[in-house]
Amino acid sequence: MIWLTWRQFRAQTIVTAAFLAALAVTLLVTGLSLAHLYDSSGLATCHGPGSCGPLASSFINQVKGGLSEKVFYAGIYIVYAAPAIIGMFWGAPLIAREIEAGTFRLAWNQSVSRSRWVAVKLGLIGLAAMVTAELLALMTSWWASPVYQAAAAARSDSLSIARIAPPLFGAQGIAPIGYAAFAFTLGVTAGLLIRRTIPAMAVTLAGFALVPFAWPSWVRPHLISPLRESMPFSTARLDEVMIGAGNQMIVGDTASKPGAWILTNQAVKPDGQPFTGPPTQACLDRGVQACNAAIGRLHLRQVITYQPASRFWAFQWYETAIFLVLAVALAAFCAWWIRRRRLT
Amino acid sequence: MSCACLDTRSGVSPYLQLIHQVRQALRLGLLSEGDQLPTVKDVVARLAINPNTVLKAYRELEYEGLAAAKAGVGTFVTRTDGSLAAHGPLREDLTHWLAKARTSGLDDESIEALFVTTFRNSTSSARNQAGNGAAHAPADSTPQVTGPTGHVRSE
Amino acid sequence: MTAVLESTGLSKRYGRRQALTDCTLSIPSGHVTGLVGPNGAGKTTLLNLAVGLLQPTSGKIEVLGGHPASTSEQLARVGFVAQDTPTYAGLSVADHLKLGAHMNPGWDTELAERRITQLGLDPSQKAGKMSGGQRAQLALTLAIAKRPELLILDEPIASLDPLARREFLQVLMEATAEQELSVVMSSHLVSDLERACDYLIVLVASRVRLAGEVDELLASHWQLTGPRCDPAALPGDWQVISASHTDRQSTLLVRTSSPVADPTWAADHIGLEDLVLAYMSQSAPQRAEAAKPSMEARQ
Repeated sequence: MIWLTWRQFRAQTIVTAAFLAALAVTLLVTGLSLAHLYDSSGLATCHGPGSCGPLASSFINQVKGGLSEKVFYAGIYIVYAAPAIIGMFWGAPLIAREIEAGTFRLAWNQSVSRSRWVAVKLGLIGLAAMVTAELLALMTSWWASPVYQAAAAARSDSLSIARIAPPLFGAQGIAPIGYAAFAFTLGVTAGLLIRRTIPAMAVTLAGFALVPFAWPSWVRPHLISPLRESMPFSTARLDEVMIGAGNQMIVGDTASKPGAWILTNQAVKPDGQPFTGPPTQACLDRGVQACNAAIGRLHLRQVITYQPASRFWAFQWYETAIFLVLAVALAAFCAWWIRRRRLT
Repeated sequence: MSCACLDTRSGVSPYLQLIHQVRQALRLGLLSEGDQLPTVKDVVARLAINPNTVLKAYRELEYEGLAAAKAGVGTFVTRTDGSLAAHGPLREDLTHWLAKARTSGLDDESIEALFVTTFRNSTSSARNQAGNGAAHAPADSTPQVTGPTGHVRSE
Repeated sequence: MTAVLESTGLSKRYGRRQALTDCTLSIPSGHVTGLVGPNGAGKTTLLNLAVGLLQPTSGKIEVLGGHPASTSEQLARVGFVAQDTPTYAGLSVADHLKLGAHMNPGWDTELAERRITQLGLDPSQKAGKMSGGQRAQLALTLAIAKRPELLILDEPIASLDPLARREFLQVLMEATAEQELSVVMSSHLVSDLERACDYLIVLVASRVRLAGEVDELLASHWQLTGPRCDPAALPGDWQVISASHTDRQSTLLVRTSSPVADPTWAADHIGLEDLVLAYMSQSAPQRAEAAKPSMEARQ
């Protein structure tokens, strides 16, 4: 059974191995030069935000706009895309192809029970999926580590990189393990229920797309109660002044929480209601100093809810656990369905 | 053994055809005492018929005393049915008769038809005299010769 | 004699469609059984129930004394070749044999390789590139080489040309003789089965119309021709399968275990194909009892 799983999966293994190898070479080459750049910037030996800040700025400015920036973002896309591709190309065809070709009538009449057949396939290929996704995450994280270190050393708002916030969060740590397991079993289930490979691939893609898009907005922020902070609205940190139709004005401060995941950031009036206008005359006239002063006289407060950077690993464990549980539930459903239901 | 074919259109069951073929081979001297009959496996591999059919045929031959099964080895001929070779005078008479038929102008098909009808008439009158019942097929009937082109097999 | 397949009141329904109704069968071992019937009669349904690919709606079925596909031991005792003889298009012949070896503890490698050589199949050729006849032979080899006690084949030769058909049956019969297999084989053509089968089941419109040993069936059915008769006046132990009357003549197909002694009837046996056709064209479905194997036929 193990041999059969491997033999039927051989083509995918070769393609994946080739891709991983090519990616590894690319990341190695560009990553070494990035590390070299980091070393020569002096950031390794600096102390304190005061001295590190300018060094970090110059380092990151060098990185920006070049090949390295493209590689950075490509890495993130790859780590997000990998579970989706795994779900579509490893998961969806697993059972759907056997049903379409009728070969399940051959496979399930050997001396191996159906339960064992599906358990070995799900187990071995699921494991391969998790390992592949995590390898990709580790490789890209290794590559990007100089950038993260520089941002952490600077500890300034303008250079902060929030690893706990989307989209970076899902491409790091151990979360990809959960995503890969979930996407794979989602694909297998879709193939089992729909019984045709191409529609199952489409459904898997649509189902998994919830992960990078809907999940971080609807579910993840509430896994741990966010922190709430209220501070005087400071025009020194003024980030935006927007005058809109219908006599509206929105003002915003930078949140000044380096590395944190800012969920909400509002300017509120002394009575607690969000400030929406009306626009002060000084701001309509576009005089910056006068506008700032006018806003200051409104005595607004800035209220933010956020998840601090220190909770990164807590969220990683929660995320991975939830998606692994979903994966196991889907796998159990598949096993039950195959044992019980007709498939001819 | 001789031609390993079955005539599926003759209406005679494979079982009877097999028995007949063995008896015919014995008569013609193609099989003699001590020879092994083809194994069941070989027969069905050639003819694609049910092994039980071959087993039944061999058992019938055993019952008639023509063959005997040796466990684990095969089925062997135990006695020949009186080879036709012993019937030299009859063969000579037949040759004379055929010559006469040809000189009186009959062609091959007419000769065969004459023989078949005379043969059938004599067989059925013999059967009626023996007084058998109406609708049994006797276990060792020779297969009926079919049509004008059906030959009595004689390899 | 044990039964290889035993079913009691077996029924299968898909939504509103009744695929199999109230089938009660007892197929004895040591036979090659032909399951014959028109397309849509329920043959594939019955065979899929026998190998555990389907669950019955009601009634029960037992194969070799066990529940179909219940354990891996049960799976090892039954070989199955499904309709259209499925094989993995991307796997070579050698790969298929490896599949058999890895997935069957009772696999006979020597037998499998010998058959492949005899058939002239190229071990490195992918199944997708082989002809239909070659794929059927490969599927049959896989089923045979795991050394089952029972082999179930669902219309294995329906889409093969006559030569491939003959070769398939030759291989099948040789294996049956060599391994003392019982075989259950379905087809919608009687001619495919005539040579090979000694037990027959006729399935029409989801019901079993006839079941029994071929010798016994052929011996107990008579085609009777005679003067126009009154159906009610026929002997009680005659089961009339079909009857047609003209003004002056009646032709009947009758099943009876006693000989036909009445001289007013001209009695004749009929061939297997005509017998099956007569049962297939019966309009009123009749419950046919499985014929008890007649002891005299087995001298």
